[in-house]
Amino acid sequence: MNKHSKLNNLVGPRESVELLEALQRGATRRDLLAMLAGGGMQLGLAAGIAGTALSAHAQTPRRGGRIRVAAATAAISDTLDPAKMANQTDYSRGTMLYNGLTALDGSLTPQPALAESFTTKDAKTWVFKLRKGVVFHDGKPLQPADVVFSIARHKDAATASKAKALADQIDSVKASGPGEVTITLQQPNADLPVILGTFNFLIVKDGTTDFSAGIGTGPFKLKEFKPGVRSIVVRNPDYWKPGQPYLDEIEFVGISDEGARVNALLSGDMDLVAAVNPRAVERVRGTPGYAIFATQSGQYSDLIMRKDVGPGANPDFVLAMKCLFDREQMRKAIALGHAVVANDQPIDPSNRFYFAGCPKRAYDPERARFHLKKANVGSARIPVVTSPVAMYSVEMALVLQQAGQRVGLNLEVKRMPADGYWSNHWLNSPVGFGNVNPRPSVDTLFTQFFKSDAAWNGSRWKNPKFDQLLLAARAETDLAKRTQMYADMQVLIHDEAGVGIPLFLASIDGHTTKLKGLRPIPLGGLMGYSFAENVWLDA
Amino acid sequence: MNLLILRLLAGRVALALFSLLVVSAIVFAITAVLPGDAAEAQLGQEATPESLAALRHQMGLDVPAPLRYWQWLRGLVVGEPGISIVSGAPVADMIASRLPNSLLLAGITAAISVPVALVLGIASAMWRRSWFDRIVSSGAVAVVSVPEFLVATLAVLIFAVQLRWLPALSSAGSIDSVGQMLRVFAMPVLTLCCVTVAQMLRMTRAAVVDQLKAPYIEMVQLKGASPTRMVLAHALPNAIGPIANAVALSLSYLLGGVIIVETIFNYPGIASLMVDGVSQRDMPLVQTCAMLFCAVYLMLVTLADLCSIVANPRLRHR
Repeated sequence: MNKHSKLNNLVGPRESVELLEALQRGATRRDLLAMLAGGGMQLGLAAGIAGTALSAHAQTPRRGGRIRVAAATAAISDTLDPAKMANQTDYSRGTMLYNGLTALDGSLTPQPALAESFTTKDAKTWVFKLRKGVVFHDGKPLQPADVVFSIARHKDAATASKAKALADQIDSVKASGPGEVTITLQQPNADLPVILGTFNFLIVKDGTTDFSAGIGTGPFKLKEFKPGVRSIVVRNPDYWKPGQPYLDEIEFVGISDEGARVNALLSGDMDLVAAVNPRAVERVRGTPGYAIFATQSGQYSDLIMRKDVGPGANPDFVLAMKCLFDREQMRKAIALGHAVVANDQPIDPSNRFYFAGCPKRAYDPERARFHLKKANVGSARIPVVTSPVAMYSVEMALVLQQAGQRVGLNLEVKRMPADGYWSNHWLNSPVGFGNVNPRPSVDTLFTQFFKSDAAWNGSRWKNPKFDQLLLAARAETDLAKRTQMYADMQVLIHDEAGVGIPLFLASIDGHTTKLKGLRPIPLGGLMGYSFAENVWLDA
Repeated sequence: MNLLILRLLAGRVALALFSLLVVSAIVFAITAVLPGDAAEAQLGQEATPESLAALRHQMGLDVPAPLRYWQWLRGLVVGEPGISIVSGAPVADMIASRLPNSLLLAGITAAISVPVALVLGIASAMWRRSWFDRIVSSGAVAVVSVPEFLVATLAVLIFAVQLRWLPALSSAGSIDSVGQMLRVFAMPVLTLCCVTVAQMLRMTRAAVVDQLKAPYIEMVQLKGASPTRMVLAHALPNAIGPIANAVALSLSYLLGGVIIVETIFNYPGIASLMVDGVSQRDMPLVQTCAMLFCAVYLMLVTLADLCSIVANPRLRHR
């Protein structure tokens, strides 16, 4: 990991991931030099960087061993049905047992998985060529029918799929030849391979109705599955990625209590635990033999101010609240440094479409006072709804409340229980906090949270220009034009939308130093929930 | 005499069954007014009107509540408490996979805590106001005042993280030998004993002391009985009623009330299953668990009553 962060410092996260992935694909030192020099880098410097990348990669995976892993949730609703998977425990189990057509890498770019290649001319009709020789755990070979079934079932309301909204844009999915599937969309979407790389679109066997056997094409086979307790998976000897997976067996449990999770790691009961509180990071680091694995991602908690009711109807109030975020203090005191400052728009700096030129909004009480006066809020009490389930929202609201007091704004922090928060308070409160997990693509994020008619457009922000840009960008296959459109949209959200986004949060995992091979994938912790086939145990 | 006990017993059982029926209606009513249902809980942020309607239909939540209650009650009577609407597995199977764990933990704790509590309680009643009594009594108060999550967390920090003698988690699935069982159960049992021993000890002491103040004990003393005989043969039989009740209360707590211990040690017991059910709004599961806890509670209390009736001639011959 140290080598990896050294590499990060030298060339930046995206390039370092690219370098390491090139090595994963079998690139040599010469190839790396060509890559770096091709980017305009001086040869001497490039040689040094290539060396660092090589030694980061040089830890050769070792075969064998058994690890125990604890995620943060365990419930009777644990499921092996990809359509119903809803949390990190389900996702992690899903990537052990199944594969998608594509898989997302460290920069969230779709890479071929069960689909050997995917092509399109107009971003509307997509052809996926399936990999040959892939078999399910029960010996049945992968056929186009399996893919058709796995994707088409999300459109059926009876499946109650979590991905129904995403699947609705698919017009038809057909087997168009031996080993080939054609997907036709209603409107062009250049991000289809990204969507198909997400967990709900993992591929199952044609006609499956009972998912409890966990039959997939994935790196591990299911040995035991007790919802809410644990699952055990063993190596799939016929896995299609040569040499992988490295581990023989994984025992995977959910421990909902954070303290118990960290104690289980430090007492040697677990080798890898998810969702470590920033306050426990020093304790893990201070214990010999243990390390922290942090993934900076696009996850954020946001203050939603509704534009149709309450004080948020006045744009000056919204601007004042945005100016009252002391982002740097929140980053240091609440996230203890495990976050990056955000700028009231939802695209984080690790994303390939992040627009660095968007004007930064700093903590500015004077400006807030000016806008508040214009909004004529006075000293009326304004409730701000928070809950521990929206990460850090209680703490953020308290910091905001204090900043408000200094400019004569009377905020009342209302702390709601986690139970039922999403259905009862989120999206309903005039002023309240929400939390958004990392999304695989900018388009998904914008469509779900900022489009005028989006179900989760919490602030009810309606902007026709934004909607037009969204549709245009979705169909745009020219990367430069698309980047420009997304940049304009980020500025629109920053200026006008009724959401304040103070921080992008990191996911923090703890592990034994024996466990190797973890690389960040900014979909979340545990290597974007796909650690299983990529990690190994050092002797 | 036997007929009388039998009639009393029949009365108690009938009353218990009636209580169960009332409880079932209350539990059903309360779970029905909880905000949100299983479909909303499962979809969370992802809930849209169409997916909610589809899932509700799938879960059978679109059936009117009284009809659902009747179906569930009928199923319960014939021993089929229905299907979990969240996981789709039979509720009976889900409970069957967790209940043995809870019974094992409760059984071990009871086997240790009941004798310890009774012996200490009787001894401190015999030697009341001695240094022994003072140490035991104040120790019991001290232990019962410390919340169990603190005891459990401290135990984990010391024995698992620092000393590494014991595992931090007590997953019941990994027991192969007696030594391993001791290691797995040491900390949960220790934590639970802290709570239950103190309660039973103080009740026992109070009951025995109460009897020792009675005039007939003076008579026993005058007859020249030894202190041991005085307590064990004369005072104790009269104190069995309250002691049995205290033991029954503590034991009923061990089955359903150990959620904190189950959480901290990640022990797959039935209390965490029920809490899980509540947060997922899995009503068949919650209702069945509640009925189970209620039934066990009623059973233990009835047993305790029976003990005191058998032990007390005045109640027996009324």
